[in-house]
Amino acid sequence: MKNKDIILQTIAKVVFFIIILFSIHIFFEGHYRPGGGFVGGLVTAGGLVLLLLAYDLKTVKKLMPINFRILIGIGLAVALLTASAAMLFDVPFFTHAFDYFDLPLLGETSLHSAALFDLGVYLVVVGTTMTIIQTIGESE
Amino acid sequence: MSALHFAIISPFIFAIFVPFLYKLFRKIHTGWFVLLLPSILFIYFLQFISVTRDGDTFIRTVSWIPSLHIDFIAKVDGLSLIFALLITGIGALVVLYSIYYLSKNKEKLNTFYVYLLLFMGAMLGVVLSDNLIVLYMFWEFTSFSSFFLIGYWHEREKSRYGAQKSMLITVFGGLSLLGGIILLYIMTGTFSIQEMVANVGVITGHALFIPAMIFVLLGAFTKSAQFPFHIWLPDAMEAPTPVSAYLHSATMVKAGIYLVARMTPIFAYDQSGTWIWLVAGFGIITLFWGSFNAVKQTDLKAILAFSTISQLGLIMSLLGVGAAALHFNELSENIYTMAIVAAVFHLINHSTFKGSLFMMAGIVDHETGTRDIRKLGGLMTLMPITFTIALIGTFSMAGIPPFNGFLSKEMFFTAMKHIASFDLFNFSSLGILFPIIAWIASVFTFIYSMMLVWKTFTGPYKPEKLAKKPHEAPIGMLISPIILVSLVIIIGLFPNILSATVLPAAANAIMPEFIFDVHIKMWHGVNLELFMTIGVIAIGTLLYLSLSKWSRVYSLFPEKLTLNKLYDAFIPSLESSSNVFIRSHMTGYIRAYLAYIFIFFIGILGITIWGKDAFVLNTENTASIGVYEAILALLIVIGTVTILASKSRLTSILALGAVGYTVSLYYILFRAPDLALTQLVIETISVALFLVCFYFLPKKFHLEKTRFKLTNAIISIGVGLVVTLIAIASSSTKLFPSISKYYEEHTYDPAGGENMVNVILVDFRGFDTLFEICVLAVAGLGIYSLIKLRMTRRKEG
Repeated sequence: MKNKDIILQTIAKVVFFIIILFSIHIFFEGHYRPGGGFVGGLVTAGGLVLLLLAYDLKTVKKLMPINFRILIGIGLAVALLTASAAMLFDVPFFTHAFDYFDLPLLGETSLHSAALFDLGVYLVVVGTTMTIIQTIGESE
Repeated sequence: MSALHFAIISPFIFAIFVPFLYKLFRKIHTGWFVLLLPSILFIYFLQFISVTRDGDTFIRTVSWIPSLHIDFIAKVDGLSLIFALLITGIGALVVLYSIYYLSKNKEKLNTFYVYLLLFMGAMLGVVLSDNLIVLYMFWEFTSFSSFFLIGYWHEREKSRYGAQKSMLITVFGGLSLLGGIILLYIMTGTFSIQEMVANVGVITGHALFIPAMIFVLLGAFTKSAQFPFHIWLPDAMEAPTPVSAYLHSATMVKAGIYLVARMTPIFAYDQSGTWIWLVAGFGIITLFWGSFNAVKQTDLKAILAFSTISQLGLIMSLLGVGAAALHFNELSENIYTMAIVAAVFHLINHSTFKGSLFMMAGIVDHETGTRDIRKLGGLMTLMPITFTIALIGTFSMAGIPPFNGFLSKEMFFTAMKHIASFDLFNFSSLGILFPIIAWIASVFTFIYSMMLVWKTFTGPYKPEKLAKKPHEAPIGMLISPIILVSLVIIIGLFPNILSATVLPAAANAIMPEFIFDVHIKMWHGVNLELFMTIGVIAIGTLLYLSLSKWSRVYSLFPEKLTLNKLYDAFIPSLESSSNVFIRSHMTGYIRAYLAYIFIFFIGILGITIWGKDAFVLNTENTASIGVYEAILALLIVIGTVTILASKSRLTSILALGAVGYTVSLYYILFRAPDLALTQLVIETISVALFLVCFYFLPKKFHLEKTRFKLTNAIISIGVGLVVTLIAIASSSTKLFPSISKYYEEHTYDPAGGENMVNVILVDFRGFDTLFEICVLAVAGLGIYSLIKLRMTRRKEG
């Protein structure tokens, strides 16, 4: 942290949360409006990159001690398990199911197993993008 | 599995145990164990004489691959029996000889006898198989077991050279034989020889008849060392002498003869005479060329090799002439049938005298240390028994009475005399050449036969040139050649031992329609053949005595034009030209390979469009072009031109980004919001990555302008044109309605979504997405490992 760019860092603190919220919004909205796991993941990664630019690698690692390579694995596992879960119910691989549930706070909401698969996509995209950027950033 | 099948494969089974016997009984020469097998087999095969003498055949079938018509059909008829007896009989004698020839302490006997047994089994398989595929299998077994045997002393360069040469030539022939077999199968639908003979009418009229015949003959000619494929045989003399005696005089080189004899009832019926001309013609050329070249050799085994070539040519030409018999109807008085009998008769005779001569050469080599006739001489008193063997063998080879060679040579002259008066297929004009060439070749045969015996055993004794002090060979070494020369005399004096037992049956197997009543006489009366023989002896003696005066004839013929030189030049030039070929296009530059790929792409697609007349332009269903589309298209064109024409790489990267963003605008315009979103973010990331790469480039590359190359321009314009044409043509011909209707209707109801793109991605076709995220993960981990591994290596360095 050699050059303290106060303006950038302050704005980044605010904008980061807006970006993350937007990406979550895009992610959840995917089944009904443009968006989905892929774009959501990319936008989340974009927010993280903004933090990287405003601070530096070490600070961001301290803030978020996430190993993004493991995130890739988790994402792949979530996607694959969602797809295979269908086989437990004696239906073909990759059959999705959804229904409407009356949830506390949220009211009547549709829950779709495709969203879980999308979560896997989201995690893989975030993991991959951040792995690439971090590795290239660390290399000299 | 009958006893006959077991007899065929018994050498293979026995070969497995040879190394164990060698290791367990080091004190006993391994050959003694091996000797048992061919002796038992010989006795076993002798029993079949009573079967074949009455014209019967003995057939046993074992199912192997019935669905492909490949069965192991073992068949004994007269012809097979003669070969089987030669293989096992001479095999036993050769094994006995090799026990004394090869030292049990110095040589690797286990490998030698394994190879020899492999060869023996393979050879039995060749002559006793009725199924052509099984025959071919054993045929290649003989090729490579003989390869091993020629290269037995593999530390010598000449052995390796000879082994490689014989391998290349015989395998070339073997493969063409396989081609011929397949063509025969296409014609007849069977691999069985006897069924082919029964359906010979189908084959004779077929369009594939001539190719099949040529392929089969190529196989036979290469194996039997016929001109111009004879060149491997003299080089195969690097093998141990028992091998030369066995393979290269008595058995393997006769496999081609066997094949030609076997195929005679299939191929010889055709009305063009091709078979007769090819077999008889190549045989007579080989006969002459082999005997002519034998005279100039100085090495005992080289003389014998060329002599073998020439004698094989003799048998081959007899088989060709014999085929003429099929074109006459009066069978009882058919003069050409005697040629077939002569061929089989000479086959046996040649095996006896040539085997003994090779063994004689081996004894001389073994006892004096050299085979060069210029160093040898005066051995008659030192090695009297060997001299007697040589004398009988060579006199038989030269065709001098009372030995068996004389009888078969007389019959040969008779056949050649008759073919000159054959009035079909142009034989009446050119046929006169046959007796003339045959006679000249016989003179040469006489000359080298005399050289072989007199130059080795008479004349001045030169002990200073010899590596060892010569003395008579041990008795064990002499037994085999003594048995063989005894046969030479016995057959010479009582030829009807053979004609009463095996000869008619063998001739009958070659020509199933004829009944042979064979009676061979020593004295024919005063006729042309007798004068020819007298002429051979007289002129031959004269020429032999004046050999030093006219031997300069051989130096007139330029060494460069010999077939060996041709072969020696051909193999390296094949290597170097394929090297040149590979170097000319495998440049190692990616740009060259890309050029090939693109040119191929343009060529294949362009030719297809052109040839199939596939280009269509149909503007019925095209949408109208709006202002925005036009503007964006212009932007993309500007961006693309900038990328190509820019002087710096930075401009190119930025222009590329501009193109990418324009594409995302296009997505918006064409109502693809998901694509537009993704395109925007991905374009940003990739431009950033490009800039990272750009930052790390070496400084001197920064300002290098793309060089213009006309070929590259032409190729890229061609690719663009072809792709555009295909795109226009394919959008102009929509044959079926799109399936997108289904997605439109089912996105909400069963799938529970409203964004059709996303529903397709995660639900309808989620499988693709699953593996696309795998691709992403692999790419990310790949980049990680690339960079990290590089860093650790740098640390170590």
